[in-house]
Amino acid sequence: MSHRLSGRPLHTDRHELHGVTVVLDTRSDATYIGRFDSQDEHGVHLFEVGVFDPATGTREAYLRRSAQFGIRVDRPELTVATSDVARVIPLGQLDL
Amino acid sequence: MPYNPALVAPMREEMVHMGAQELTTGAEVDAALGDQKGSMLVFINSVCGCAAGNARPALRLALQHGVKPQQVVTVFAGQDLEATSRARQYFAEYQPSSPSIALLRDGEVVHFVHRHMIEGRSPQLIAGELTKAFDKYYGVAV
Repeated sequence: MSHRLSGRPLHTDRHELHGVTVVLDTRSDATYIGRFDSQDEHGVHLFEVGVFDPATGTREAYLRRSAQFGIRVDRPELTVATSDVARVIPLGQLDL
Repeated sequence: MPYNPALVAPMREEMVHMGAQELTTGAEVDAALGDQKGSMLVFINSVCGCAAGNARPALRLALQHGVKPQQVVTVFAGQDLEATSRARQYFAEYQPSSPSIALLRDGEVVHFVHRHMIEGRSPQLIAGELTKAFDKYYGVAV
């Protein structure tokens, strides 16, 4: 019996948010929820990304719905230029 | 594409060791979840060390609690594709993520733990939240 994998990330050389589901707000007023992969000269790379559509309701309602029922994936991946990133917060840390 | 079976074997063993029944086909999922009665926990296993690496030990801890589900079953996302897809149909109102945990009672989802509720949390913290849910949904009313 081996439990050697538990509690140990497979990738120890990645960004501290690697693998974490985050809410990313941009300076251009977009909001995305996705799994943070990495950050490099091209920007922040997210996987399995939900895109907030203001036509469907408020940002807060979108975040609350996503926290409760999970993230509906609109784009398999997305890169946001670092200069356009306003803030990045783990979804699990939001008080919704 | 599924990972090398040898890589995920310890992750499967860990689940079986704590008493979970592995479901590897759609038929096995239907047999377990179709017309489900009583309390059941469905663990969507994952190779992701970032989250599943804490989720499995958390579940092991939680299952030591006095109140716990009558049955624990598991499917392996990214590995047993048909079984995972079929299991997710039983809680289709929740978007897929892995690892994740569904608590069922008589076929209804009463509590769902998404991946984002696992990430960055210690096994002890996750287990604490799980046991609260066990008490709330599976405890005996007094």
